[in-house]
Amino acid sequence: MTTVTTSAPKTETSAGAASDKDTAWKPKIVAFLCNWCSYTGADLAGVSRLKWSPYVRVIRVMCSGRMDPTFVLEAFRKGADGVIVSGCHPGDCHYVEGNYKAMRRVHLIRRLLIDYGVDPRRLKLTWVSASEGDIWAEVTNEMAETIKSLGPLRLEK
Amino acid sequence: MSESAEKQSSDPAPAAAKPKLALYWAASCGGCEIAVLDIEEKILDVAANFDIVFWPVAMDFKTKDVEAMEDGEITLCLFNGAIRNDDNEYMAKLLRRKAKVLVAFGSCACEGCIPALSNATSKKETFDWVYHKSPSTDNAEGVEPQIKTKVNGFDLELPKFWETVRSLDQIVDVDYYVPGCPPQAHQIWAVLETVIDILKNGKPLPPKGTVLGAGQKTVCDECPRTREEKKIKKFFRPHEIIPDPDKCLLDQGILCMGPATRDGCDARCPSVCMPCRGCYGLPPNSRDQGAKMISALASVIDSEDPEEVDKILDGIVDPIGSFYRFSLAKATLGRKLTQRPETPQAQPQLEEVAK
Ligand code: SF4
Ligand code: SF4
Ligand code: FES
Repeated sequence: MTTVTTSAPKTETSAGAASDKDTAWKPKIVAFLCNWCSYTGADLAGVSRLKWSPYVRVIRVMCSGRMDPTFVLEAFRKGADGVIVSGCHPGDCHYVEGNYKAMRRVHLIRRLLIDYGVDPRRLKLTWVSASEGDIWAEVTNEMAETIKSLGPLRLEK
Repeated sequence: MSESAEKQSSDPAPAAAKPKLALYWAASCGGCEIAVLDIEEKILDVAANFDIVFWPVAMDFKTKDVEAMEDGEITLCLFNGAIRNDDNEYMAKLLRRKAKVLVAFGSCACEGCIPALSNATSKKETFDWVYHKSPSTDNAEGVEPQIKTKVNGFDLELPKFWETVRSLDQIVDVDYYVPGCPPQAHQIWAVLETVIDILKNGKPLPPKGTVLGAGQKTVCDECPRTREEKKIKKFFRPHEIIPDPDKCLLDQGILCMGPATRDGCDARCPSVCMPCRGCYGLPPNSRDQGAKMISALASVIDSEDPEEVDKILDGIVDPIGSFYRFSLAKATLGRKLTQRPETPQAQPQLEEVAK
């Protein structure tokens, strides 16, 4: 169990200034991709030499429905500024309805993020098929822009 | 007090031979203390087997009596209450030093419980409400508690109130956990009986960190209601529906935390038609009660359409307060952002990606 020695959260200086001063800051985005569609799609983006955001770190899961909400929360806790969950298009999940489950989870987690004062756009859900390398590239680039505009997520633990 | 202590030690059956027991409350409601008395006449067995050396709610020992003890002199300390100010912290550290075995007793000490719900707001908002805005507040001068005040030439000191409420194990090393708000009497007695057995018969202690007085499954596993794995189209708050007496409450659309809560209470609440609110805390093999509940809910919500899902979810009025009513101090995301809250945008719809 973690031992917290002080109750006083670190004080941050003004939020907007962070992106100007912190030139070194680069967004950290964790992406959970299902094995059958999105991971193959991301692979295709690479093979096709499309430019997609270097800030996105991919974690392969068998199905987007395998993405336990704990993974998302844990990713944020450990320093992710944004999280992408990507699966097969509705109707195409190889486990029939894993992606619907993922969608409902993401909607619920977003509501939790709002309660935490965290912008829900930090959690993105997309459907990318095995042939949609270009869409994957777009998704990551867009997400990187969103996160850059939001700045670093500084959780108070 | 010292007089009675002396009397005890000159007793033919020397009290010194009895293991010493301390009970303390930090940020708590006092319910855990009452729960100890709920073991009824067995409290006499407790008194027979232990020398109670500190119990502010029931006995007149003072902090200085504890300070005067040797380190490790207390055999067992049942510590209830969360840590939310400097005094709670001082007592936690003091009792940790003086006790061989320190037990986080009850949900507040284990996971923060109701006091830790204030981690979903800020100290400032709490003070604003309590000392200024609440309808029952009568505070024309706008007085707020100060750490140091001068009254008639005397310096008065109050413990510093923390921004964030902590569980006991976030402050000191904890040996065992007894969950529940409050722990159920039969479970308290089971724990005490085990301890007495260990002390008397030299049995080995359970591994450090063990959760005592609770089960290894979820409340659903001991719930008498029939679960049909129905799907939910709408959530109801308890006052909006008369539930079927035999069917699972969650199946009927009532937010029941049973699937995300450790068993051990004999499913008290669903047995009397109230949804479980989660007081026995995180079930075994999971890390975050809220995440566990989100997972469970995502499986029962009956819709594949993002917009409809959102409509159904509107029926959950207070996600953070419902999913972490008892465990917010231990939540993965920590506390609500106070230094730099991001203005939450209107929730982005999913049609853009649903196509
Ligand atoms: S969800 Fe609640 S009512 Fe249903 S089985 Fe579990 S504990 Fe019982
Ligand atoms: S049913 Fe839930 S809220 Fe009620 S006593 Fe048991 S664990 Fe606590
Ligand atoms: S296998 Fe791709 S979402 Fe289920």
